[in-house]
Amino acid sequence: MSAELKQILTTDGIPLEISLKRAERKNKIKAFLLVAPLLFFLMITYIFPIGDMLMRSVDDKMVTNMLPNTFKSMENWDGTEMPSEEIFEAFYIDFQKLVEEKREGKLSTQLNYTKNGFKSIIKKLRRKSKTFEEGNYKEQIMAVHRRWADIDYWRAIKRHAPSYTTSKYLKGIDMYKNEEGKIVSVEEDRRIHRVLWLRTLEIAFFVTLLCFLMAYPIAYLLATIPMKYSNLLMICVLLPFWTSLLVRTASWMILLQQQGVVNDFFVMIGLVADDNRPEMMYNKTGTYVAMTQILLPFMVLPLYSVMKTISPSLMRAGKSLGGTPFVTFWKVYFPLTIPGIGAGCLLVFILAIGYYITPALVGGASGTLISNQIAFHMKSTLDWSFASAMGLMLLTGVLAIYWVYNKLVGIDNIKLG
Amino acid sequence: MALPKYTQLHYRIWHYFYIFICSCVFIFLIAPLFVIFPLSFNAEEFLVFSEGMKNLDPDAFSLRWYKDMIYGTKNPWGLAAKNSFIIAIFATLGSVLLGTVAALGLSSRHMPFKGFIMATLISPMIVPLIISGVAIFFFMAKAGLAASHTGIILAHIILGTPFVVITVTATLSGFDHSVTRAASSLGSNPVNTFMKITLPLILPGVISGGLFAFVTSFDEVVVVLFLAGLDNTTIPIQMWTGLREQLSPTILAVATCLIILSTLILVTAELLRRRSERLRGINR
Repeated sequence: MSAELKQILTTDGIPLEISLKRAERKNKIKAFLLVAPLLFFLMITYIFPIGDMLMRSVDDKMVTNMLPNTFKSMENWDGTEMPSEEIFEAFYIDFQKLVEEKREGKLSTQLNYTKNGFKSIIKKLRRKSKTFEEGNYKEQIMAVHRRWADIDYWRAIKRHAPSYTTSKYLKGIDMYKNEEGKIVSVEEDRRIHRVLWLRTLEIAFFVTLLCFLMAYPIAYLLATIPMKYSNLLMICVLLPFWTSLLVRTASWMILLQQQGVVNDFFVMIGLVADDNRPEMMYNKTGTYVAMTQILLPFMVLPLYSVMKTISPSLMRAGKSLGGTPFVTFWKVYFPLTIPGIGAGCLLVFILAIGYYITPALVGGASGTLISNQIAFHMKSTLDWSFASAMGLMLLTGVLAIYWVYNKLVGIDNIKLG
Repeated sequence: MALPKYTQLHYRIWHYFYIFICSCVFIFLIAPLFVIFPLSFNAEEFLVFSEGMKNLDPDAFSLRWYKDMIYGTKNPWGLAAKNSFIIAIFATLGSVLLGTVAALGLSSRHMPFKGFIMATLISPMIVPLIISGVAIFFFMAKAGLAASHTGIILAHIILGTPFVVITVTATLSGFDHSVTRAASSLGSNPVNTFMKITLPLILPGVISGGLFAFVTSFDEVVVVLFLAGLDNTTIPIQMWTGLREQLSPTILAVATCLIILSTLILVTAELLRRRSERLRGINR
């Protein structure tokens, strides 16, 4: 049979199979060429820069390049006792060069990330080293400050010897490599990042749950009432969806402030005393309330589009077979809406976990998320490699959920409006 | 949602309870937007309803914050609005152009690695903005485009294209390809076919994608925070600074204008969606 098929020729005398394949390939190339401009644009401006973040987060060449002689002489130093004169001399040579180039400040910033206390002793060393005499650098450097005689600080320097480091990632989960090279957690009261990760997950989870609990009833209402009413009510969902995020956050700031409308209302119905108005903003409550309202449309729309496709006759059939309204709903209707629930929950969770603006404005200190910490390190401490590392850790989590979303819902099924 | 006459009492109660819950959720969704309206006409400097406002005293209302928004001394809103519109318009044009062409390729059934490429093209919408902001900032700093309009426009094209790709592929999913084949068989070249046949049919999808891209750019603050210099300030940046430092009623005047703008966009988007569904023969 297959031999016969191969015999079929097109009018050009080319076997049909080859001709078909050619046409297919041509079509493939055509389709790809249409996508290519956007794909390459995104590759260059977006995907590669994310890769660049990865490089930055593990890159430790800066210190390696600043102290080349020191690290060379440190190769055989095992860190059990104070470094030898040879290492001190190499360090002195490197340091003099840095001072000449005025780069010792950068060194102190980098070393300070690894171990606190480097900043001041490097400043001091710069001042004193001007009057150093030749030879016996070990004693001269150790005399500058007692920390220079502390072996821990030399071990901290040695940890910078490799060009690549995972220390930023460890720092992101409040761990570090100690002097013996073991990975340990920092002291309990300094574990700020773990608290933040947990809080981010917690807030994202509860915001998703709240959104689901609020969106399900109204999506059901929208899907079951007559068209002319549902169109009108749909505006209540779509108007916030199209309104600026900052406008919505601003309105929550007005509503939730101590003299605000919500507090006025609580006082009016006698829930709280006038002189004892609760603080509802600049804490977790503010973050929860504002984020739930802002993300609610993202839950309603997928639920609505699934519910719209469920035939009302199914419920009628369930009831006519003797089910009470609740049983029919639970056994017939609810299972059919699960795809919509999955889509909505994943979407809201993905958006909530990376939220930045709203927590920064209404969250205060106790309601900020991991994104705020990333922004803080980008803008204030300028520890960009740490910001990159935290960003990539967050990204890994988001991409994992994105992958699940793609498997369950299919990325081309995202509905907008 | 009228109940049949034979409904039992406890279902009746449950039904009204359900309606009550739904009303609460709707109020929760929409009410925050309506607080801004009256307060932006406040004659006083405080962001609370004054006694006069509660009694509907005409003296308690004024347009002073709108005047401040437009004529105020050293006010940043004029420049910010100009920048916002320039950036949003160019970013929308770029997103629509790149996104529509890519969507045409993606909806071809010959497209290789469709799922993977689609996931890549949509990713700027899914990746947290703060990460996009950091990555784009690194790129723009290297390319020397930080603190320039071009840099911000390119960044907003990145963020806007996913919306165009999604809406246009959705429109193309109901597209009858035999009409383009008919055009070709009648001797039309591909470009002509696209302009005369395909584009008018997918136009609603293209425009609604463009609206999304416009709103995304117009409302974007995280990436601009990393990229903007003093000359590139935008409306969201000014609002962000204002909200962080001091909530002034001028911000509410701006917010009111933005709500009106978004209402207009919503109406346009809805009309387009209906037209698109009619064109594609989906009757509801």
